[in-house]
Amino acid sequence: MFFNAVSQDPRAVNVDLQTDAMLQVDISDALSERDKVKFTVHTKSTLPNFKQNEFSVVRQHEEFIWLHDSFVENEEYAGYIIPPAPPRPDFDASREKLQKLGEGEGSMTKEEFTKMKQELEAEYLAIFKKTVAMHEVFLCRVAAHPVLRKDLNFHVFLEYNQDLSVRGKNKKEKLEDFFKNVVKSADGVLVAGVKDVDDFFEHEKTFLLEYHNRVKDASAKSDRMIRSHKNAADDINRIFALLSYYPSNSNVGTMFGGFFKQKIEARIAADEDLKLADLLKYYLRESQAAKDLLYRRSRALVDYENANKALDKARAKNRDVLQAETSQQLCCHKFEKISESAKQELIDFKTRRVAAFRKNLVELAELELKHAKGNLQLLQGCLGILKGNT
Amino acid sequence: MKSDSPLFLVAQDLTLFCICVNVQSQPASLAAEDISTNSNGPKQDSLFDDDPEDLFAEATEEVSLDSPERDVLLSDGPSPAITPITPPTSVITPRIGHTHDDMFTHSSFDEIEEEEGGDSFDIHISVSDPEKVGDGMNAYMAYKVTTKTSISLFKRNEFAVKRRFSDFLGLHSKLASKYLHIGYIVPPAPEKSIVGMTKVKVGKEDQSSNEFVEKRRSALERYLMRTVKHPILLKDPDVLQFLESSELPRAVSTQALSSAGLLRMVNKAADAVNKMTIKMNESDAWFEEKQQHFENLDVQLRKLHTSVESLVCHRKELSVNTAQFAKSAAMLGNSEDHTALSRALSQLAEVEEKIDQLHQDQANADFYLFSELLGDYVRLLTAVKGVFDHRMKTWQKWQDSQMLLQKKREAEAKLQFTNKPDKLQQAKDEIKELEGKVQQGERDFEQISKTIRKEVSRFEKERVKDFKTIIIKYLESLVQTQQQLIKYWEAFLPEAKAIS
Repeated sequence: MFFNAVSQDPRAVNVDLQTDAMLQVDISDALSERDKVKFTVHTKSTLPNFKQNEFSVVRQHEEFIWLHDSFVENEEYAGYIIPPAPPRPDFDASREKLQKLGEGEGSMTKEEFTKMKQELEAEYLAIFKKTVAMHEVFLCRVAAHPVLRKDLNFHVFLEYNQDLSVRGKNKKEKLEDFFKNVVKSADGVLVAGVKDVDDFFEHEKTFLLEYHNRVKDASAKSDRMIRSHKNAADDINRIFALLSYYPSNSNVGTMFGGFFKQKIEARIAADEDLKLADLLKYYLRESQAAKDLLYRRSRALVDYENANKALDKARAKNRDVLQAETSQQLCCHKFEKISESAKQELIDFKTRRVAAFRKNLVELAELELKHAKGNLQLLQGCLGILKGNT
Repeated sequence: MKSDSPLFLVAQDLTLFCICVNVQSQPASLAAEDISTNSNGPKQDSLFDDDPEDLFAEATEEVSLDSPERDVLLSDGPSPAITPITPPTSVITPRIGHTHDDMFTHSSFDEIEEEEGGDSFDIHISVSDPEKVGDGMNAYMAYKVTTKTSISLFKRNEFAVKRRFSDFLGLHSKLASKYLHIGYIVPPAPEKSIVGMTKVKVGKEDQSSNEFVEKRRSALERYLMRTVKHPILLKDPDVLQFLESSELPRAVSTQALSSAGLLRMVNKAADAVNKMTIKMNESDAWFEEKQQHFENLDVQLRKLHTSVESLVCHRKELSVNTAQFAKSAAMLGNSEDHTALSRALSQLAEVEEKIDQLHQDQANADFYLFSELLGDYVRLLTAVKGVFDHRMKTWQKWQDSQMLLQKKREAEAKLQFTNKPDKLQQAKDEIKELEGKVQQGERDFEQISKTIRKEVSRFEKERVKDFKTIIIKYLESLVQTQQQLIKYWEAFLPEAKAIS
């Protein structure tokens, strides 16, 4: 089953093709308050677990994180790629700009102020839409996953119409997390060194490590490129605004004014951001989640091998053999379970990735073409008028 | 004062002149520029309908075409389309029935004065082949100045000489001293750059010093072309000598850190102070109008220049970042294990690489076509303001002579009642001399006023033509960029679709 990771249409429909009942989740509304965003999570489902077929609750970012973390910490899900958590809504930069604008209100003309305010509001809106989309994608991925969709916490998240009282991690917990990650990375190095007998996983390990790093690099570079593009677009806009007061021949002025209104360059930069930068960012997180899966499997493998060694030792000494046998069996079972689901998860990951890249690259090319053609038309119109007037 | 005394007559002339002008005042169809921020947008707003076909389905909100303080950027005078709300105080048509040029019509006034007949303007100058001469701090760049012309003034049709930067400065200095004070707009020479030149002298052969030399070469070429386009300056012997003679005496006084340079700076400061203290009774609204117009134009051009410079900078940045992204995308494509996606990513990398080159070229166009032109005009406007200042000075000189004459007359009148025949005669002689001066002063003032009118109209025509040419070139370069972009993305699209 494939799923477009970065869906353009916020109302991405999620229909389960299997015999399970339908579960469709989306974010139908969102409200931005001073320092938090409130998402309205809307669910449509024929699953028997829910009291109603359709219902909505209000959730905040911390609650999404809680849900994500609960998956990660659940041993049962060790064999799955946990959908990456949505990034925290970050309106700081935008809010700061709006504040500065408010402070500087006295120093500019009313028109300038209104214009700038509109631009900043549009920027704020764009960021807002993006964060809504990313939170929604997370929920849809969970809803699409055959096992995770059945998770109890998920159902509580969807249905419980009170505050989940999930507080953000306090300092102590954050520190714990930090250490866990340090241990994990150190472990990861050890574990990565263990050569896997299974060709498939060996290949995946090598592939994912390199891929993840390259995606990280590409993501950073694409961000930089798009930021430059946005800066250039701002300049171009300012220039056309100044030029649009082309006199005597008001047609030309209108033409320049048209450029100013359309703000094509800015749209190109925005579309590149959406189709390219966001795609890369998402797959950066997904590939990390896949790496985590491999890590967990390797960890289980190491545990299994250690349990084997312990069993051999116990047998040799003829002490605690039963205990060692049980332990070894558990480890074996855990490892095999993870390996089995991990294989499928990684195959699905590849399918998803290829589909998402295809969709976004095609859309990127189509948008670039559309904008270039639009630009061309405006430019040629302008030239026609300028030249025709001699 | 006797009613037939010269002073009274002069005063009468002035008042008659003022009255004459007042009577001709008409409502503002040709209003002076109004920089009030309350003015509504020009008619462009109503003419601009929304795009019938919305090419941009993903559009967000539209921004309204507001218009804060506005001056006509590319016309040479107030445009009839602009109707300010508050009519300015001096809505007076100039005393000669001179309609302001809009972009595409000549006024009859100009046609009388312009020497458009005779030699068709056929001269082309190119500055090329920058060559480093000498070593160390005494080194300099020599440029080849080639002239191709059919004008009979010149001995040959095609000839070339070698000149260095200080030669150009010397030429400008001579022309300025000869023509500025009588009202001719002498094009300013390119700016000195101690930093830039030092790099070249020291022998740094890197991209920035190459760019510096190219920037300078291009500026020198534009400078010469502007100078020879001026019908009066073209005939000046210094100009002819500059273009034709193989040897030119070294212009030492142009060195920045010389005594002549310091003297120039002191003079400039003194001028600035003087300007503040001269309070001229502007009897001719045309001048007031034009001065305001040039003030506004200056503001506009500077704003535009800043924006374009910023664009050049950002585009260069974009080019660099696009190249880096291209490399990164190629790497990503390499590590992608799905074959078709891998290929598509490599293609993407190639497209981005080509686009980076496009950005680079576009940045150059931005700079050389647009930014430099704007810089030239910002400097030219300084020269224009300069001639207006000279006119003020001329007026002041005339007024000073007049006041002195009046004093002398009063003194003479007093002397009439004393019995000092020698002194009386001396006074009468002085008065006669002063009367001559006053007349000369008035003639000078009228001459410079007349010259400035001609010069301004010529300047405005040139400016409009220049801008139009450059903007067309610039837009053409933008068109080319878009066409290339379309080509690249159209080639990429099937690759992206082929991913399965």
